[in-house]
Amino acid sequence: MTAPHPPAPDVRDLPARPAWPDATGHFGPYGGRFVPEALIAALDELTEAYEAMRVDPAFLGEFARLQRDYTGRPSPLTDVPRFAEHCGGARVMLKREDLNHTGSHKINNVLGQALLTKRIGKSRVIAETGAGQHGVATATAAALMGLSCTVYMGEEDTRRQALNVARMRLLGAEVVPVTTGSRTLKDAINEAFRDWVTNVETTNYVFGTVAGPHPFPAMVRDFQRVIGDEAREQVLERIGRLPDVVLACVGGGSNAIGIFTAFVPDDGVRLVGLEAGGDGVDTGRHAATITGGDPGVLHGARSYLLQDDNGQTIESHSISAGLDYPGVGPEHAYLHDLGRAEYRPVTDSEAMEAFALLCRTEGIIPAIESAHALAGAMQVGREVGPDAVLLVNLSGRGDKDVETASRWFGLGDHEEVDPGPGLDTDQQPTEGAVSNDDATAGQDAGELA
Amino acid sequence: MSLLQDRISAARAEGRAALIAYLPVGYPDVDASIEAMVAAVEGGADIVEIGVPYSDPGMDGPTIQEAVDVAVRAGVGMTHVLRGVEAVAAAGAVPVVMSYWNPIERYGVDRFADDLAAAGGAGAITPDLIPDEAGPWLAATDRTGLDRVFLVAPSSTDARLASTTAACRGFVYAASTMGVTGTRASVGDAAQRLVERTRAVTDRPVCVGLGVSDGDQAAEVAGFADGVIVGSAYVRALLDGGGPAAVRALSVDLAGGVRRVGSGT
Ligand SMILES: Cc1ncc(COP(=O)(O)O)c(C=O)c1O
Repeated sequence: MTAPHPPAPDVRDLPARPAWPDATGHFGPYGGRFVPEALIAALDELTEAYEAMRVDPAFLGEFARLQRDYTGRPSPLTDVPRFAEHCGGARVMLKREDLNHTGSHKINNVLGQALLTKRIGKSRVIAETGAGQHGVATATAAALMGLSCTVYMGEEDTRRQALNVARMRLLGAEVVPVTTGSRTLKDAINEAFRDWVTNVETTNYVFGTVAGPHPFPAMVRDFQRVIGDEAREQVLERIGRLPDVVLACVGGGSNAIGIFTAFVPDDGVRLVGLEAGGDGVDTGRHAATITGGDPGVLHGARSYLLQDDNGQTIESHSISAGLDYPGVGPEHAYLHDLGRAEYRPVTDSEAMEAFALLCRTEGIIPAIESAHALAGAMQVGREVGPDAVLLVNLSGRGDKDVETASRWFGLGDHEEVDPGPGLDTDQQPTEGAVSNDDATAGQDAGELA
Repeated sequence: MSLLQDRISAARAEGRAALIAYLPVGYPDVDASIEAMVAAVEGGADIVEIGVPYSDPGMDGPTIQEAVDVAVRAGVGMTHVLRGVEAVAAAGAVPVVMSYWNPIERYGVDRFADDLAAAGGAGAITPDLIPDEAGPWLAATDRTGLDRVFLVAPSSTDARLASTTAACRGFVYAASTMGVTGTRASVGDAAQRLVERTRAVTDRPVCVGLGVSDGDQAAEVAGFADGVIVGSAYVRALLDGGGPAAVRALSVDLAGGVRRVGSGT
């Protein structure tokens, strides 16, 4: 017995796609395919299958059913008035992707790509993961659809996010710690591409964000845009008008593109992406790719990246494993150059302050990634004043981060760590006053000379 | 005019395939890596691929990654690469740069082409640049007359084989197996099949890489290709501490192989 499908969507009702990318995956000067020829056939196959599936009512019906019955969509929109008091009195609403099955927005994309994998007749999926949320989501979809699953994760991240490693293994996935390079997300992506080029006949690469070669940036955007499509309707329904500002954290950029896309045509709505500022962009220890990087090629596409004079990728630094990536999706580079979206850095301490505030004022423990968007709301709210309405994408929940947060705040018995600022919401943590050895240990080993 | 094609034709005139050695600049250090390149030439390499170290070598296996990581950390860049080019040319082989695209783009595409030509380089092999994305590089190589080598793979369609080989100058790089660099016990039929399919759409020389590690395998590949490309085996010789002597000895073995045409198959 199967669950009844939602009414099969009429393809004419599909939301309008942005005018980009072009047929070969270019967002203005960004995007494209900078990959070995050996992968071109697989990328072509994926593009063709996806373009057919995208307008296939049977697929759309199945996808909608999974989103409703498995993920739990639509995700709620939550007013957070006590938190909003710290945002200059602006009205703040959270789009609750943290309430999705598996705990983040990553599941939206993965269900689409897993269905696509079955459609092209492949039996194995591989994925890269940083925070582990995309790995958990992929392992989940693989279990659901009977696919075998290998997840590449930087060795450094397997330590920072041990809970998610255990979750993936419980779900039946093989987790491969990556020991090359900086041992973080960028190296996990390299390793996943190496696996794919070797096993492309049986294997589909389920990419976790809106970066990588065409068709990934466009396809992942299409799977994630449900966030903004829902939120736009929910906000209109609740307050009868559009929000003034839409905010999201930006690692590779999928949750941000997911909530931005529906609002791109709404000229009056500001779109603000919050990048991981780490210790501060001026310290060089950050992951603020658009703020602190410049255009180049990484992981199969042209976009902004953190690089040195020789074109070597510079290692990024962030307390948040999911934002600790020296690249960014090409559509963000394009939106930045167009002036349609703004990108700002949020430091580790600012993010952790917002993290603590949301816990204490609203009873919601956010992912540290999402806490960067909350910190952005605190800053932007104070700039725009009390009449403004801010829509914030709460991309994930913080269970995976409890250990890191406990260390940061000096809770529990992590005696080796300096006690951090308390959780008293009136206290403003002093920037840089707290060392967080756990989140940064080992990364210096790979510093470029 | 094409320095690479001329050298491969000269080998063909001797009834043999060309031997193409890959070594990255900067492992174990810049000077020693350049010494190793010269040793490869002394042992019999016709062409040397001078590898540009890159932090994210997506197409390379663990052997080359290990060496290149050292060079990246030491800050090795394009000026060191150009020194390697000059040294290989002075040693009498044809130098060609092997680089992922971002280091070239960062250096400046036109500046790279000018400096490479001035150093006596034949051109460049770009493993993650497909002709579809290569506009500025096609223009710069046309302007300077440099060779440009793109890759074909077993998964390439016939249409792509035709368009990619048409964009190549110097030779066509047939990546013989699906996968990353690294030595393999057997080079396999996939390589021969790919070379046949490639020859059906182009008159340019076709050289085979990915997997060759000794003279016998070189002989096998020389039976159907115009050039035999060897990378990981050279790098392995350096990683094992053999220094220039081991590199020279490997070249001697491989150079014997490319002259034993047919014996391996
Ligand atoms: C909760 C959460 N938010 C955001 C991100 C960053 O990814 P993206 O920028 O693609 O949304 C991650 C990545 O792991 C995540 O787990």
